[in-house]
Amino acid sequence: MTTKANKFYGGVHPHEGKLSRRDAILAAPLQPLYTVPLQMHIGAPAKAVVAKGDKVLRGQVLGEAGGFVSAPVHSPTSGTVREVTTCLGVNGAQLPALVIESDGEDTECEPMPAIADWENADPKTLLKRIADAGIVGMGGAAFPTAVKLSPPPGREVDTLILNGVECEPCLTADHRLMLESPHQVVSGALIVGRILGVKRIVIAIEANKQDAIGLMREAVSGTPVDVMELRVRYPQGAEKQLIYAVTGRVVPSGKLPMDVRCVVMNVASAAACGDAVCNGRPLYERITTVTGTPLVNPRNYKFRIGTLYSTALELCGGVKEGVEVAKVISGGPMMGFSVYSLDIPVMKNTSGILLLSDEELRQFSPSACIRCGHCNDACPMELQPGILSVQIEHQKFDLAEKWHVMDCIECGCCAYICPAGRPLVQHMRRAKAVVIAARKAASAAAQGAKK
Amino acid sequence: MLWVMAALLPALAAGVAVFGWRALYVTLVCMLSCVVFEYASCRLLHHENSVGDASAALTGMLLGMNLPVTAPTWMCVVGSLLAIGLGKMCYGGLGGNPFNPALVGRVALFLACPKEMSFWVAPNGCALGTWVCSTLTGATPLAVLKTSATPHAAAASQGLGDLLPLFLGNIGGSLGETSALALLIGGAVLIALRIIRWQVPLVYIATVAVITGIAFLCKPLANVTLASYVGHQVLGGGLFLGAFFMATDMVTTPLSRKGAVVFALGCGVITSVIRLWGAFPEGVSFSILIMNTLTPLIDRCTAGRPFGVARTTDVEVKA
Amino acid sequence: MLHVVIVTVIGIVLGLAIGLIVKFFGVKPNVLAERLGELMPGANCGGCGFAGCADYANAMAAGKAKPGMCPSQSSESLQQVCEALGVASEERVPMTAVVCCSGDDDHASRRAFYNGVNDCVNAMIVAGGAKGCVFGCLGLGTCARACPFGAIEILPNHIAKVHAELCRACGKCVSVCPRKVIKLVPKAAPVHVFCNSPEKFPVKKKVCTGACIGCRKCDKAAPGQIVMNGFLAAVNYDNPPSAALAAVCPAKCLRVAQGHSADEAPAAVDGGQRQA
Repeated sequence: MTTKANKFYGGVHPHEGKLSRRDAILAAPLQPLYTVPLQMHIGAPAKAVVAKGDKVLRGQVLGEAGGFVSAPVHSPTSGTVREVTTCLGVNGAQLPALVIESDGEDTECEPMPAIADWENADPKTLLKRIADAGIVGMGGAAFPTAVKLSPPPGREVDTLILNGVECEPCLTADHRLMLESPHQVVSGALIVGRILGVKRIVIAIEANKQDAIGLMREAVSGTPVDVMELRVRYPQGAEKQLIYAVTGRVVPSGKLPMDVRCVVMNVASAAACGDAVCNGRPLYERITTVTGTPLVNPRNYKFRIGTLYSTALELCGGVKEGVEVAKVISGGPMMGFSVYSLDIPVMKNTSGILLLSDEELRQFSPSACIRCGHCNDACPMELQPGILSVQIEHQKFDLAEKWHVMDCIECGCCAYICPAGRPLVQHMRRAKAVVIAARKAASAAAQGAKK
Repeated sequence: MLWVMAALLPALAAGVAVFGWRALYVTLVCMLSCVVFEYASCRLLHHENSVGDASAALTGMLLGMNLPVTAPTWMCVVGSLLAIGLGKMCYGGLGGNPFNPALVGRVALFLACPKEMSFWVAPNGCALGTWVCSTLTGATPLAVLKTSATPHAAAASQGLGDLLPLFLGNIGGSLGETSALALLIGGAVLIALRIIRWQVPLVYIATVAVITGIAFLCKPLANVTLASYVGHQVLGGGLFLGAFFMATDMVTTPLSRKGAVVFALGCGVITSVIRLWGAFPEGVSFSILIMNTLTPLIDRCTAGRPFGVARTTDVEVKA
Repeated sequence: MLHVVIVTVIGIVLGLAIGLIVKFFGVKPNVLAERLGELMPGANCGGCGFAGCADYANAMAAGKAKPGMCPSQSSESLQQVCEALGVASEERVPMTAVVCCSGDDDHASRRAFYNGVNDCVNAMIVAGGAKGCVFGCLGLGTCARACPFGAIEILPNHIAKVHAELCRACGKCVSVCPRKVIKLVPKAAPVHVFCNSPEKFPVKKKVCTGACIGCRKCDKAAPGQIVMNGFLAAVNYDNPPSAALAAVCPAKCLRVAQGHSADEAPAAVDGGQRQA
């Protein structure tokens, strides 16, 4: 059964560049060292429960959740904790981390008991398992999944949308996952659906992945899960746009999907949930696309968490001779973060590592806004990025707030389309940071006044 | 910018074919002086040199094509100075100007030297290869319409001839505005490249056609059919040049699609009003300039509701 | 002839009318506020906390504000303001801003290539800025653009420099600098510590060759005039050391401030400079 998808406003269609779409997922060979960050999620960092010199086994808990919004971290292999240190994150911050020295045995610790009968299991047991497995949103946001699946009392959720859109150019990790483990995705979907008690489960896939759509349709036959084909348009996978496309519901400004009775989850996270429940395996590896034209062999790899980017690039044959790499991006080209070091480990939310050559990179030399309005037409949130950017350039942040800068989802459509090469997203991000700081200050002042 | 200039080439070629080589000379003088003035004002204002973005050259090209072929050189230079200085650089350069610079130049010249600016050469056949086609002056089709609207000169309405020369451009008028065919080709290229919005010329021209048509039906002229009258209104004068190349100027027109349509509609109404009841036979330049002043207002009123924002918290007009 | 008379009479009548209206309905100018407004620097920098110089002058005239809140004012004009208000004038220590960083391109390393928006605040959003030292001046000119007096120059090797002769100590740069590397100091103090990093020496040395190495030589040479904040020396501005002390600093981090002498005029303030 399929229903017709709604079309959201605007959007763009960048060159897809999905070089690795036909490459099967490879298991990365065991590395001598893994740098496992204790904070790979939004919220409090995990608290280390091992010390330097401790022996650990694969899947053993290295850090416990450090609060309600947090997630535990597990060891990617067996070995010794060589160092308790910090490592570089994609945003340039230093994260607390453990360095695990592999013993080459890769011995698995006693797994958590598999919940084979999950169809009849208590949803609370399933939720606890997902929390214990350290599963976070693997599409990029890294929000702890167990928290996402615990709606506050009184909140009803009736639709679960699995995001297999992968609208970011170049990335193919989710695509390959759906091709190679469709049943794991479906069982994950059913488990999460059971936890939430939803009426409808939809797996949303962009129309440029017909093979995945076919396989997923076969896999869902006999289950209540739907597969929905969505038009190829960036940002089809953005949460609000996706909910609108699938259900026709509009998430109100400043609200969450739960406010329109929806939960959106990445297919990789769902598959991880399936793995955790059916096999008792925590999240210590993930599929990551390593791609870009400068690479000799762009590939989809199953990396253990903590593999360094430099190792990942080596595994793909390194950079072609004579090609100048201009940028390394963690994530996709539209929303990913440019990184300046290859000593960053693959984390739970690393969906891709992308290399851009000097020729591909548009060096921007921004000129004045000529008010062409292309950004207006492209903005999926129906904002006025051109006007906003001029306001922000003149530091009129209060004005920008009135013009709804806070609704910006930083998808990058405006900057992609801008003929003047204006750094529109960067302006939005600055304004959002300023507005958030101002709001915090205002609420703190209000609190102070109350006391 | 370069694409817009390329799209203007057919119309310029038609101007040369109809009026002679001086058409090219006038246009080149305007382009050159616009570029020089832009460079000079950048130096004077300590701005980064913005000649490279070709916007000044485009302004000059549009200005030149808005002048009669007989325009003296000094007028071209003064017009360019007004267009670049008064129309653009005093607002801070490209992106800051509220008015279309080429139209500022044209209107200023039109008001300052009405005689020279209304000295229309009547082309007599193909002027290819000549310097200026003929020194005979003749009324433009719109001027004919204007005088024919007064009861005393009803006979002049017989001057309304075939529509084909109007479409091809073999009529009196500014050197770049006469050939609707050539402008249509250029406009089609811009629309195909998505540089301009197709809604704008369509709405603009359709509005003029509808309003002048209704006016004709209310007060028909002797010996003139509705089709011929509306045809003259649409094809005569600078409507095509304005609709495809001026009302679509990005800087001075609204951002959103909705706003652009409102803008075009307003231009059409004002053009028709000036043509039917105003003192001038032509109203395209004035209508676009008047609507330029309303652009910020249109932008605010047509600012869409962001996805997921309730109607009550719309951007206030005050903001 | 009659016309002349009529026009003259109309002129006289209207003139009288205007005169009468002003007499009965005119707003009396606040002489004091106007006088104070004239004495203000007129830069409308906002350093006093009011919405511009006129606003502050009105507030003073109405007794709602004290003189001396304007940081940009010279001591002579402050004295005149106090005289106009009829209050005792206070002594003010003339201040200036100083960029406490030596990390220009010749000294500080970069960990990344930044080609985003040419503004320090924007650069901070992207991984905390491209400079190796997370405390140093980014040199993208946010302060220079914020300065109402054009007193800050971004040197070609990407560091901000305050020209003390133009600086009126309004504090705008101090508040906009995302790295908090600009400080307001007494103009009379000859030497400053040009480092803002409290990190340990080995960490600092990796990213900047101009950093304070925390050797305490200055502290020992002039006890009481230097305070140590962990690994970072700072001048005690209540009791500033003499210029001679700069000689003891092995890192050349304690220096006589360049540009604090009047003979050095700033080149064009190039806020638009892009860094490569």
